[in-house]
Amino acid sequence: MSTAAMNRNPPQAADSSSPVLSLIDITKKFPGVVALNQVSFDVRAGEVHALLGENGAGKSTLMKVLAGKHQPNGGKIILAGEEKSFENPKQAKKSGIVLIHQEQSLVPEMSVAENIFLGSLPLKWGNRVDWKKLHADSTEILERLKCTFSSRDMVSNLSIAKKQMVEIARALVFTPRIVVFDEPTASLTDHEKPVLYDIIRNLQEQGVGIVYISHRMDEIFHLSQRISVLRDGEYNGTLNTADTSEDEVTKLMIGRTLELDHASKPKDFGENMLELRNLTVNGVFEDVSFNVRKGEIVGMYGLVGAGRSEVAETIFGLRKPSGGEILLDGKVESIRSSHDAVLEGIALVPEDRKDQGLILGMNCRDNMTLSALGSVSSMGFMKTGEEKVVYDKYQQAMKIKTPSWRQKVGNLSGGNQQKIVIGKWLHTHPKLLILDEPTRGIDVGSKAEIHALIKELARSGYAVLVISSEMPEVLGVSNRIIAMYDGRVTAEFDGDAVSEDKLVQAITGQYVTDASGPVPAASA
Amino acid sequence: MASVEQGKQAIMLNKKYKTGLLNFLSAQGILVFFLICMFAFSLFSEQFLSQSNIMTVVRQASIIGIIAVGVTVVIIGGNLDLSVGSMLSFSTVLVVDLHDKIGPAGAIILMFVFTLLIGAVNGFLIGFMRLNSLIVTLAMLSAIQGLVLIYSGGKNVDIANQSDTWFAFFGRGYVLGIAVPVILFAVLAVIVQVVMSYTSYGRRIFAVGGNPAAAVYSGIRKNWCVFSTYLISAFCVACAALVLGSRVMGSQNNVGQGYELLVLAGIILGGTSLLGGAGSIWKTIIGVLILGFIQNGLLLLGYPYYTQWLVTWVIIILAVWLDLANKRKRLFTTHS
Amino acid sequence: MINMKDFLKGSGVIQPIWVFVIVITVFFSFMSEYFLSIGNLSNILVQTSTIGLIALGMTYVMINGNIDLSVGAVLGLAASLSVGLQDYGITIAVIAALTSGLVLGAINGLIVWKTGVNAFIVTLGAMIGVRGLIFVYTEEQSFYATNFAFSDFGTSSIGPIPVLAIIFLICTLVMHLVLKKTGHGRNTFAVGGNPEAALDAGIRIGRHMMINFIIVGFFAALAGVLLATQMGAATPNLGRDYELWTITAVVLGGTKLTGGFGSITGTLGGVLAIGILRNGMNLMQVPAFYVLVILGVILISVLIIDQRLNVHASKGVSI
Repeated sequence: MSTAAMNRNPPQAADSSSPVLSLIDITKKFPGVVALNQVSFDVRAGEVHALLGENGAGKSTLMKVLAGKHQPNGGKIILAGEEKSFENPKQAKKSGIVLIHQEQSLVPEMSVAENIFLGSLPLKWGNRVDWKKLHADSTEILERLKCTFSSRDMVSNLSIAKKQMVEIARALVFTPRIVVFDEPTASLTDHEKPVLYDIIRNLQEQGVGIVYISHRMDEIFHLSQRISVLRDGEYNGTLNTADTSEDEVTKLMIGRTLELDHASKPKDFGENMLELRNLTVNGVFEDVSFNVRKGEIVGMYGLVGAGRSEVAETIFGLRKPSGGEILLDGKVESIRSSHDAVLEGIALVPEDRKDQGLILGMNCRDNMTLSALGSVSSMGFMKTGEEKVVYDKYQQAMKIKTPSWRQKVGNLSGGNQQKIVIGKWLHTHPKLLILDEPTRGIDVGSKAEIHALIKELARSGYAVLVISSEMPEVLGVSNRIIAMYDGRVTAEFDGDAVSEDKLVQAITGQYVTDASGPVPAASA
Repeated sequence: MASVEQGKQAIMLNKKYKTGLLNFLSAQGILVFFLICMFAFSLFSEQFLSQSNIMTVVRQASIIGIIAVGVTVVIIGGNLDLSVGSMLSFSTVLVVDLHDKIGPAGAIILMFVFTLLIGAVNGFLIGFMRLNSLIVTLAMLSAIQGLVLIYSGGKNVDIANQSDTWFAFFGRGYVLGIAVPVILFAVLAVIVQVVMSYTSYGRRIFAVGGNPAAAVYSGIRKNWCVFSTYLISAFCVACAALVLGSRVMGSQNNVGQGYELLVLAGIILGGTSLLGGAGSIWKTIIGVLILGFIQNGLLLLGYPYYTQWLVTWVIIILAVWLDLANKRKRLFTTHS
Repeated sequence: MINMKDFLKGSGVIQPIWVFVIVITVFFSFMSEYFLSIGNLSNILVQTSTIGLIALGMTYVMINGNIDLSVGAVLGLAASLSVGLQDYGITIAVIAALTSGLVLGAINGLIVWKTGVNAFIVTLGAMIGVRGLIFVYTEEQSFYATNFAFSDFGTSSIGPIPVLAIIFLICTLVMHLVLKKTGHGRNTFAVGGNPEAALDAGIRIGRHMMINFIIVGFFAALAGVLLATQMGAATPNLGRDYELWTITAVVLGGTKLTGGFGSITGTLGGVLAIGILRNGMNLMQVPAFYVLVILGVILISVLIIDQRLNVHASKGVSI
């Protein structure tokens, strides 16, 4: 695990006596489904309590019950010794329970101050907003968070990290007793995470209880004092972070030990499948040169915003290059649209599965054949029998769990959805497979399956480019690693030999002087 | 829009729960309502369910129906077309005016060419320029209405010799006892339904309407798909103009005014969602026929024609409510 | 010089629509001597006040992320009621007319709120249905005001400025302040800009939506009453296509259909632009239907400019 930039000394719980918040035997039923079955969970003052579980285990539902978004069918919420029931999020907020969302929940065309006090703007008589008080109070909160921007700035002009700060500032409006962070680092870069950690520690010192939901083990071990695990809507035990290991937690989550198999990477490489020469898109990235060979997995590592996805989109014909060349199989190609790219044998598994990868309202089969409709139709008419054959083939090969091909993909879990996207592209018989954040938001079990699948595909001859911001993923699958920083390729590493320090330096713009640093591009 | 998001979610999570007769009925609420109305009307008016009356209703509904077929394709592709009313005015005035000047064949050909050209402008602006379809077709509604007035100089046009032209066939003719407009409506509906359900083109339109970004990331030429839906819509309007022009043998400048709303009302009543990626021609036919039969039934019962507008309002609210009851059920059966 | 991009996007100090208004004002003042006379200018204000009043409410509804297609029909109903009920006294007639707008707005709002169905569909239904109500009420007859106090009001003026223009300008000012300065105004932005976040923050989305539908219903009814005083009569088809003109004016003024962005000052500019174009071209003796074409072209141009800027700014893949 990449704990290079972190130490593993979580601050001791300030108060280990009675919990400030207890959820007792919470049950939440949706028609036909028991989402939570008698789950109990508590948080002490000044403690970071991590909540873990695979997708669909019930973490989000539990937190929505806590924050008043859902009303439980059974069980009790006890806050500071008092039994509470929240009918809406505002009531929960007023009692000091704040949920910081995974998604950006800001209003773009409003000022920072208005966003911080969203839903509780200070008013004077006649429903008028008290601007003086609003900005004074906001500025005070922003100062506490050591933010550098003004309360009058428009949110749409802020960077993602600053927007996250506004979300956190919002949590401090009512003196919070409990703050729930739901995957707070999903949109933050490694660079920005320490700021978040400082804030969490700061809150801890003020005696705030913190619930921390994340898929990332390193963060959880770095921050938390206790870890609770949910599985299939049931409480599955609580561990003291100091006395446990990642393996033990994982076992509790999925019922088996996870092993990232670093040794099974592909080894036989062929000719250059993809070669970029000084590829540039003005204002986005410049002078990007690297290559991917047949049978090879190249990892592309960098911070969010470094230009990685944009490079992939340019190769896939979605952006117009303003300079440089793209060579496929040794020939210079001009790819003007995603349609061209598919004809050239390029496949892109996009970063945002739900918005870019799938038609959620369509069934599994139709999604699977969408990129190669020509192969399952004749004279423009669909041959549904052949479609079914294609679907069955990939469904079995990738062990996609779904009751039927008629199931809408919107109803599948993240891992199974991702497999459908991958299946869709495999059916186009591509020569080059680009995967952008292939395991983002996917539970640990499916993650390992997808990693194994990627390696298997490369061994069978595909040229694979994996874009990721997770270091274990890049290290685990890549033969070579391209590091990007601020729209440029800063270094290229051997995937088996590089150290974590060097990778971090390369993607944060620190020059690598070490002789064993960047290796020259394999064929440039 | 909050409501759009909710609707989208409902569609994403749409699961089918047709276990019992009751569930089936509530899922087909609008159809059931339609049958009840038919039954009620038939109790009060013997004429209502007679063969000749039914044929009359279908014939009258065919113009709206023909346009609705095209607009349904646009809506499935994730866009709207508000300009069909003005286009209908334009095409009808054009074909009627040219009839006496260059003969029926030339008039029909030119009318189709110009109508498709307008469709192409819509398609270009919305498909290739990626502009908001609501505003573009709103602007086109106004611009085309202006063009019609400029073309005709504000005067009504008509065909001088109405009894002696084969142009009459499209609006007044019968084949095997069935009115030509009805045949045209049926043929168009069947062809378009087959295209949407059984061809790769149809699949692409559904994909583009369901999630445009994902369609593009799947290598589908979204711009062309959207463009083509407006050509289909324009083609259908041209067919409708053929029928309308031939039936009345003359045209006011604003003959198509308000048709876009009746067409939309029919589509909504049929249960096609305005969000795109879902819907069918069958539903649209049912919706358009509901409108037609209610209008006819109310007239037979002696109510003035405008009472149908009130009833339409009530049915739209009712349809919305029934649909909502289903979506609620679906929304809450899937855990978030 | 102001930042060009901010300016065109409407986030700068001066809104682009106002530059357009100034340009056409200068143009028409050169084309016709009469154009800049006080008489003509107040004429323009009176002519735009009908669309303008509805547009004030429509701006709120659109910033809120909704749309209201029924305004034309509501205007027609209010006009008919205000004339048709004059046997019971003008005050009662006008109150009844305005109440009809409030009630219809509340019905629209309630349905959108409670069903979560697209406002486009709901108000499309209302647009057809309310027109039916007018016809049922009037039995296809036009009503003429018999009480001269009613029709005199529409043509009266204080000093050189017509009363209708004054009412319109006061309403504009009030609506501008409410949008900018009050909790309801700000929450309207929040709901349109990010409904999910607004809901989580405890903002009562449904209530704000409903209030805005009531506001637009009220202004449509007010516009109907004032139009009836102007004409001294009401026809059952009064207000047809007004929803299109209103939406055009609001969009020209920079309010986004997607919600969360817009202003009353922009809307005022949009309304004036349409009014000046119509009036100016009328003075130049250009047939009225050329205005339809020109408006369509302008609307699409505005859309193109807006889209080009946004594509450029976001640096994203344009799908």
